Amino acid sequence: MIRPEVKTTSGNVHEELPLRMETRGLSVFYGKKAGVREVSLPIYNNRVTALIGPSGCGKTTFLRALNRMHDLTPIARVTGEALLDGQNIYERGVDPVEIRRRVGMVFQKPNPFPTLSVYDNVVSGLKLVGIRHKGLLDEAVERSLTQAALWDEVKDRLRAPSMSLSGGQQQRLCIARALAVQPEVLLMDEPTSALDPISTQSIEDLMSELKKHVTIVIVTHNMQQAARVSDFTGYFLTGELVEFGPTNQIFTNPKDPRTEAYITGRFG
Amino acid sequence: MRSLQARYNRDRVMVALLLLGTALAALPLLLLLGYALIEGFTSLNWDFFTKTQKPPGELGGGMAQAIVGTIILNGVGLLLAIPFGLAAGILLSEYPEHPLNPPLRVLSDTLNGMPAILKGLLAYVLIVKPMGGFSGLSGAVALAFIMLPILAKSTESVLRLVPWTIREAGLGLGLPRWRVILSLVFPAARAGVVTGMLLALSRAAGEAAPLLFTAFGNVYMQLNLLQPMDSLPVRLYTYAVSPYDDWHRQAWAAGLVLLALIVLTSLLARWATRGRQ
Ligand SMILES: Nc1ncnc2c1ncn2[C@@H]1O[C@H](COP(=O)(O)OP(=O)(O)O)[C@@H](O)[C@H]1O
Ligand SMILES: [Mg+2]
Repeated sequence: MIRPEVKTTSGNVHEELPLRMETRGLSVFYGKKAGVREVSLPIYNNRVTALIGPSGCGKTTFLRALNRMHDLTPIARVTGEALLDGQNIYERGVDPVEIRRRVGMVFQKPNPFPTLSVYDNVVSGLKLVGIRHKGLLDEAVERSLTQAALWDEVKDRLRAPSMSLSGGQQQRLCIARALAVQPEVLLMDEPTSALDPISTQSIEDLMSELKKHVTIVIVTHNMQQAARVSDFTGYFLTGELVEFGPTNQIFTNPKDPRTEAYITGRFG
Repeated sequence: MRSLQARYNRDRVMVALLLLGTALAALPLLLLLGYALIEGFTSLNWDFFTKTQKPPGELGGGMAQAIVGTIILNGVGLLLAIPFGLAAGILLSEYPEHPLNPPLRVLSDTLNGMPAILKGLLAYVLIVKPMGGFSGLSGAVALAFIMLPILAKSTESVLRLVPWTIREAGLGLGLPRWRVILSLVFPAARAGVVTGMLLALSRAAGEAAPLLFTAFGNVYMQLNLLQPMDSLPVRLYTYAVSPYDDWHRQAWAAGLVLLALIVLTSLLARWATRGRQ
């Protein structure tokens, strides 16, 4: 596949990129209260899209709408469309389990399965749907841990309990676990907010490599992080998408005064 | 300073009262244990474990049939109760939106509050009547009715303690909900589930009333579940109301053995789930 580079800071070149996902007028309500309202946003294939904005502005809410995680919250209700490869994932008859298989998730706090070893954590998404072939599983473990930049650190203790890893290693283990089922999209909700600077660095470093295999949407409240790792950035404020564009443009030449205020640290 | 000293004094008095209260509450228990030990130990010998009852009035003999019967009745009862109890616990904890959830909760609470003797009656109506006679099986069913709500309640509460993040992680991987519950949530609660089984077992093991008209009792060794079967509580009761001193001592011994069996089971289970959680 041809993957055009996005180097421009102006113009509409990014609109030529293939879409992996897209939302159209997507809203999420908790009871009567809207968590996000009428968000339309493109998610380009093999690119990193960052969602920034002050705490409580709906970043997590939006992210969880992209793989139907809100199905698990009884009071949450989603309206509008979220397209994955052109298909609305909220359409009748779409299996949410299938969607979550294609759109993986990494959570804010590392959450490896405490009863499983490092190895079994990585292959849990495969083993628990009945894949038992040892060669296949071994290969998935090495591939996923390598992609998550964890292989060298744990290759000699794959049978160790997952909880024996450090916090940063646990988070990379969770990334590897999500990658093992080979999702098309990886949603990351502030994946480094619970980590020390060195672990944060290692996760930021692996993202540029990772996006060759998977489309990434990352929520962060750290603007420097968004600037460092992402190709596109969306700025959220009180449940609405204020501005979306190439990261360079958002950070150097924001069109909306509210984005500019946030970027330059005048609030938030 | 005077008031500080006064507070210290008051504190001492309160602690002393508390200790006194605890001691008073523990006293009957200690007396019972001590008495059972003294009375029971004189009858605890090899014969007690290997022989069955001697004709009334004759010294000696044992309770082998009651020990074996208690183990069988409770073992079978637990096996019968486990699938239903765990399934109910899972449904109560993991499927709050399921239409069967509220009625199941009412059923479980009702069963929990129902006197044990009524559960015996239930087993009598369900098994003894249709089969036309007393049997170990009906006793096991009666005990299962006692264990069921305890299992359901304890399973529900330990599943609730499993962090929500584990479920989210599993579902986020694209695993079906039942798979997440069975393979990820349940194992994380394993030790607690086993503790619940012990709780159910120790509650049921001491019951005589529901067995009186189900398993009935037997002075001979009986391994066939379709025949009347003996148990320690029933034997204890029978011996305790008998006019013979030797049987009274054996009744105490039966109590001791029952207690020892329960302690032993819980040690075994602890050992089996060691290193988890
Ligand atoms: N489960 C929930 N129930 C009710 N309100 C919620 C829930 N989750 C989030 N919200 C509300 O939705 C809004 C957006 O929250 P969130 O998406 O978590 O923001 P962010 O991730 O940007 O900090 C907040 O006002 C929050 O209080
Ligand atoms: Mg958030």
